[in-house]
Amino acid sequence: MAEVLTTVSIISGISIFLAALLTIAERFLLNYGTCKIIINKDKELEVKGGNHLLGSLLQNDIFIPSACGGRGSCGLCKVKVISGGGPLLPTETPYLSREEQENNIRLACQVRIRSDVEIEIPDELFNIREYTTMVERIEELTYDTKAVFLRLPEGEEMNFKAGQYVQIKIPQYGNNPEEVYRAYSIASSPSDKGLIQLIIRKVPHGISTTYVFDHLKEGDRLDLNGPYGDFYLRDSDREMICIAGGSGLAPIKSILHYLAENNIRRKATFFFGCVAKRDLYYVDEMKAFEEKIPDFRFIPALSAPEEGDNWAGETGLITEVVDRHITDGSEMEAYLCGSPGMIDACIEVLRRKGVPEDRIYYDKF
Amino acid sequence: MEISPFVIFFASIFTSNILLTNFLGMCSYLSISKDLKSALGLGEAVIFVMTATSVLNYLVYQYILVPFGLEYLRFIVFIIVIAAFVQLVEMILERFIPNLYYTLGIFLPLITVNCAILGVALFIVIREYNFLQSLAYGAGGGIGWTLAILALAGIRQKVDESKIPKGLQGPGFAMIVTGIMALAFVGFSGILSIQ
Repeated sequence: MAEVLTTVSIISGISIFLAALLTIAERFLLNYGTCKIIINKDKELEVKGGNHLLGSLLQNDIFIPSACGGRGSCGLCKVKVISGGGPLLPTETPYLSREEQENNIRLACQVRIRSDVEIEIPDELFNIREYTTMVERIEELTYDTKAVFLRLPEGEEMNFKAGQYVQIKIPQYGNNPEEVYRAYSIASSPSDKGLIQLIIRKVPHGISTTYVFDHLKEGDRLDLNGPYGDFYLRDSDREMICIAGGSGLAPIKSILHYLAENNIRRKATFFFGCVAKRDLYYVDEMKAFEEKIPDFRFIPALSAPEEGDNWAGETGLITEVVDRHITDGSEMEAYLCGSPGMIDACIEVLRRKGVPEDRIYYDKF
Repeated sequence: MEISPFVIFFASIFTSNILLTNFLGMCSYLSISKDLKSALGLGEAVIFVMTATSVLNYLVYQYILVPFGLEYLRFIVFIIVIAAFVQLVEMILERFIPNLYYTLGIFLPLITVNCAILGVALFIVIREYNFLQSLAYGAGGGIGWTLAILALAGIRQKVDESKIPKGLQGPGFAMIVTGIMALAFVGFSGILSIQ
């Protein structure tokens, strides 16, 4: 009996001693006091040292895009660290091109703040904020697509460019063990700064879409942050081609709202590709834009209309339809939103038609 | 017979190399030996940790475990001491010598589970070394391990440019090289012997 007691107490004694030593060491050694983050040579933040750059910026309401939540696996949270970031870590190199490495681009989730840090981030990131919204309305658009209208809190507004997206926070529910963020394009008009409309198409077993389809109800709260993205309407007079498939209609709709409300007289054609009539939605709304925007044409196309669809419009893959309608694209500007496969195929067609690659803007999802 | 610490030091580098005669610490030896630079980084870390923990574990064994008659606890206690020590070193490096931390730091956690480190601590007990002998054995063992991994890394860098049958590429080839190196080191064993 006595032996058991001595064994247990010696082992515990040694462990407790070492654990205490480590805790004390951590307290004193890894305490970097308060460090300064200088952003764009202008803004100064005081943060607690020892944490990662991404989290410290987040605490100060500066949202750097990040899909993986700081695990270093998405490579999105790139920022330029001018000084104080320490050497490049092996965990970062796979995500940075040689050019980026030479320009001191780092992953914010891997850089630890140990001293004053000077960084540079694009101005529009200051615009990104987190909002707690209320689900005002959920509309069923097709059997597998819904429109969700989110009301920002009284007095708050989001300034976004037509075509940009937000990330919504999906809380823990059912089989989903942790909070996740998912990106959706904004479908509503940029002038309506208090109400955000998203178009969400059901993905079988998708964490986010399952939540929206099976759990989210009108009146619920939903956290979102944004706006993000470099897919937005460019300021020019060029003729526009917009191509979207499925829920890719969302950012195009926002762009059309913007054109209509600001009386911008640009020639524009919107090709909307679906499989059959049961996948089509917002046809009347899009047709209505033809009245409001003088040179706008809406061309919905079905790739495989079902019997009984009585479809008189365009048929075939969206690439074939675009191919038939455009002859010379060299003076055009293109906006594409849809699945990677569709976008890659469309880029191919547009390039053949002479649309310069740097004037093809797209949002793959 | 008391063996002089000097003999132990040199023997553990050459004739009784912990890696090439006892084949301990093989996992990091095989995986980090692709280039000389990382091999050297890991080797330095091993020398430091092995020297320090062999002494620490000697003290813990002689002054805590033996007086209470708890020698059989040495496996678990040694591992705890090694793990805590590595953690502590990591923090100290991170704070005071950041440059060293960036080159050595990523290897430190690997060392906690390097069996050569535990092996050295246990051999010290089995062979009943005194304090100075333990120190010499720890330092020599670390240097010997580093020597072996550097030799392998050097050979592998050269061999990378030659054609090897597919099935032997990577670890397979490394094992063959290690075997031949071990034979070469055994050639010295008549000069000094400690085990």
